[in-house]
Amino acid sequence: MFRRLSRWAAALPLALVLAGAAGCGSSDPAASAGASAGGTTTVTVFAAASLTGTFTELGKAFETANPGTTVRFNFGSSATLAQQITQGAPADVFAAASPATMKTVTDASLAAAPTTFVRNKLVIAVPTDNPAKVDELKDLTDPKVKVALCAEQVPCGAAAVKALDAAGLTVKPVTLEQDVKATLTKVELGEVDAALVYKTDVIASGGKVQGITFPEADKAINDYPIATLAKAPAGDLAKRFVDLVLSQQGKDVLTKAGFEAP
Amino acid sequence: MTTTTSTAPARRRDRDPGQGAVTGRLPWVLLVPALLGLGFLVLPLAGLLVRAPWSTLGTRLAEPQVLEALRLSLVTATLATAVCLLLGVPLAWLLARVTFPGRRLVRALVTVPLVLPPVVGGVALLLVFGRRGLAGQWLEAAFGITLPFTTVGVVVAEAFVAMPFLVISVEGALRAADQRFEEAAATLGASRLVIFRRVTLPLVAPGIVAGAVLCWARALGEFGATITFAGNFPGRTQTMPLAVYLALETEPEAAIVLSLVLLAVSVIILAGLRDRWVTAP
Amino acid sequence: MTLHARLVVTRPAFRLDIELHVGAGEVVALLGPNGAGKTTALRALAGLTGLSEGGHIELDGEPLHTLAVEHRPIGMVFQDYLLFPHLSALDNVAFGPRCRGASKADARRVAAELLDRVGLADKATARPRHLSGGQAQRVALARALAVRPRLLLLDEPLAALDAHTRLSVRSRLRHDLAGFDGATVLVTHDPLDAMVLADRLIVVEHGAIVQQGAPAEVARHPRTDYVARLVGLNLYRGTAAGRQIKVGEVPFNVADPLEGPAFLAFSPAAVALYRTRPDGSPRNLWQGVIEGIERHGDSVRVHLGGPIAAFADITPAALADLDLTPGRQVWVSVKATETHAYPA
Repeated sequence: MFRRLSRWAAALPLALVLAGAAGCGSSDPAASAGASAGGTTTVTVFAAASLTGTFTELGKAFETANPGTTVRFNFGSSATLAQQITQGAPADVFAAASPATMKTVTDASLAAAPTTFVRNKLVIAVPTDNPAKVDELKDLTDPKVKVALCAEQVPCGAAAVKALDAAGLTVKPVTLEQDVKATLTKVELGEVDAALVYKTDVIASGGKVQGITFPEADKAINDYPIATLAKAPAGDLAKRFVDLVLSQQGKDVLTKAGFEAP
Repeated sequence: MTTTTSTAPARRRDRDPGQGAVTGRLPWVLLVPALLGLGFLVLPLAGLLVRAPWSTLGTRLAEPQVLEALRLSLVTATLATAVCLLLGVPLAWLLARVTFPGRRLVRALVTVPLVLPPVVGGVALLLVFGRRGLAGQWLEAAFGITLPFTTVGVVVAEAFVAMPFLVISVEGALRAADQRFEEAAATLGASRLVIFRRVTLPLVAPGIVAGAVLCWARALGEFGATITFAGNFPGRTQTMPLAVYLALETEPEAAIVLSLVLLAVSVIILAGLRDRWVTAP
Repeated sequence: MTLHARLVVTRPAFRLDIELHVGAGEVVALLGPNGAGKTTALRALAGLTGLSEGGHIELDGEPLHTLAVEHRPIGMVFQDYLLFPHLSALDNVAFGPRCRGASKADARRVAAELLDRVGLADKATARPRHLSGGQAQRVALARALAVRPRLLLLDEPLAALDAHTRLSVRSRLRHDLAGFDGATVLVTHDPLDAMVLADRLIVVEHGAIVQQGAPAEVARHPRTDYVARLVGLNLYRGTAAGRQIKVGEVPFNVADPLEGPAFLAFSPAAVALYRTRPDGSPRNLWQGVIEGIERHGDSVRVHLGGPIAAFADITPAALADLDLTPGRQVWVSVKATETHAYPA
C-alpha cells in the first residue's frame, strides 16, 4: 500500500513537469468541455486590457441575450494575448488594441479578416489640479514639466510617438511605462505633470485625472481590430459575439466609454 | 549550473572524510522527487536555451541598450544590497537580540514585502516617497530630492523588495550563533556595540554573505516595484527585467536573449561567490 | 582584595541563596552536583545573571552588583573556554585590554607577555581550532587575566579536557592561580579538581550551601551523602552516647567520646566481609545483603543492603574466596579505629 502510494506521489510532479513542458493551455478543460457538449455554451474572448470595462458589460448582455451561454474573458496586453494565441491558447475571439498585434495572429493563419470595430484617440492626461498648467501638446516640451509616455513597444507608446512626430515636437519623458494603466497611475498619484493616454482611460479613471484633447491626436488614431479565430472551439458563438460588438448596442456601450466609431 | 551542484559535495568530501559517513544505497523515495524537483527548476531554462536565436545572438548583445540595461542592473542591485546590509543587519540584530514589546509583530511586518505583490509595493513606495508622498514631499521641499524616475529610485525599490531576504537570513544566523561568545566578550569589558562589531558580526559572517547573495539575486530580478516606483527609462531606470518585459511586447526572441544574459551573469557571479564564501566552513 | 557576596537568584522552581566570602589571593571552589546552582552563582558574580531581591556583591568594599558586566573588574574562564574562533590566540588575549582602552600595540604587548607566561608564545598566531584542549584552556586563562581582574571566575576549567591532559593542566592551573593576588571563585563538580586547586571548598546543593571548609576537613568529615560519595566514604547519621554511636539498630564503637546527634564515616576499604559470623567483638558487626558488585580500580566494590547501606572495597581474590553473588547474605564489620565520628 505504502509503496504504491509513494510511487503515485512521486509520479505527480513528473506529470506536472510534462504538462508544463508541453506548452501552456494545450487543453483547457472548461473550453473543451463546452465544445464537446455538441451545442457549445462557452465563448472565450481574449481582449486588450483597455476593453475591460466595455467588454465585461457586453459579455453580460450577450449572456442575457443567449440564455445558457457563458462568456469568459482574458484581458491583458495585446502583445501578450497575441503570443498566447500563437502558442495555442484556446480562444474564440481576439480583440486587439493595435493592428500590429492582430497581424501576428493573422500572419500565423490563426484568424482571418479582422474588422476594425473602434478607434481610440490620445489625450493629454493631467492631475485634476493640473499643477504644470498644461493645456496643449507643446507644453509637454517644457523641461520643467514631468511627462510620462507609454513605451514605444506598446500601442499607446507607438501612438504617442506618431502624434509628437506629426506635431514636430520633441518631448523628454521621465519614464516610458509598460502599459497605459501604469502611465495613468503616475498621473493619478501626481508623480508626473502630464501623460499621453487614451481618452477611454481618462473616462474610466472616473475623474481622478483630467483629459485635454489636442488636434494632433487625429494623426495617431489607434484602430482596434476584432476577429474570430480559425480554430475557435465555439465557432458559431464566437461569430455571434463579434456581431454583438459590431452592432448598434455594441457601439453605444463603446462610445459611452470614450471610443470612437471607425 | 549542474556542474556546480554536482562537484561541490564531492569536493567537500575530499576535504573532510567525516562527511558522508552514511553510505549505502540512495533511497529512491528521496532521489526521485529530488531529481524531479531539479528537472522542474531546470526545464524552463532549457526551454529558453532551445528557443534562443543563436544566429543573431552576437548582434543583439552588441546593442548599446542591452549593455546599458545590464550595467544599470548590476549597479543598482549591488547598491540595493549595500543599503540592505546597512539597514538590514542591525534590524536583524534588533529582532534576534533585543526583547521589546511587539517584536513578533515587527518580525511579521519585515516579511511584508515578501508577500506583497511587487507592483503594490511600488505603489506603496510612491505613496510615501513620491512627489506627493508623505516623505517625498518633504524630501523635495527640504533637499530638492525626488526619488521616482531616478536611478536612486530603482535602488530604493529593489532594496524594499530584497531586504526581507537579508533580514530573515541574518536573523536566523544570529539565532543559531552561540550567544555565550557575546557573554565572554562582555566579561572582557566589551560594550554592546563592540560585541556586535568584533564578535557577533564575524561569527555570523557566513549568514550575512548568504543573505546578501539572496538579496542581490532578488534585487537583480526585480521588476514590479521598480517599474511602478522608478518607471522605465533607458539608461536611467530601465534595468534588465524591464527591458525583457518590454521586448516581450514586440520581439519575444530579443526578450529571450536579454533573459539569457541576465541569467548567465547572475549564475557566474553567484557560483563564484558560493565557492568562495557560502561553502566556507 | 576581598569579596563579600550574598547571591540570591530566584527562578520558577529554583532558588539560589548562598553567602560567599573570599579573601585576597584565596581560591574558593564551589562544588556540587549538576543543577545545584554553582554556575548560576558564578554568572551572578559576573553580572550575566541578575540578582534577585536581597542579593548583593561587594568587592573591596565597593558594590559590584550595580555595575554592568563590561564594567566589572572580573576575568572569567568559561566551561569550553569560548575563545573567539575568528581571532588568533594573541588577539583573543588582547581583546580585553583593547576593550578597556589600551592601544592596539599595548594590548598586543600585554597579550604576548601573558601568552609567554602560560608557555604559549609560539602559538600566538594560531586560531583556536588549531589549539589542543589544554592550550585553549591556558589561552582562556591568559585572556581572563589580561584585563587585570580583581576577581577571577572559572567555570569548570578542566571539564572539557580528557583524563590525561587534565592531570598536567590541573597542576599548571594550580601554579597559575597561586600567582594571582585577587579573589578566585571556581566552579567544579569534580572533587579532585576542587581539592587540588582550592584553598577552601563550598559545597552547594539545591541552591544552598551544605558544607564548607578546607579541602582536608571536608574530605575527612563529610556532612551530606553527596559529599561522602564525592570523597568516597560511607556516611551515617546516628546518636552518640560516650564511645558508642547507634546507627539505626547497629551499634558502633568509636575512638573519641561524643554525645547527641553525630556523623559516622568510614572508608569502604575499612569494611570486611565474612560468609559466617566472625568470632570476637560483637561491635561494628551486622548482617547485610549483597546488592551489587562492580570493579573499582584495583579492587572490587560491593554494594551492601540490609539494616544500613554501605560500600565495601575488597580484593578480587577475596571476592573469589567468599564466592559472593548478589542476593547472598554476609556478615559486615568495620574496625573501630577506622571510623570517624563527629557532631552533626
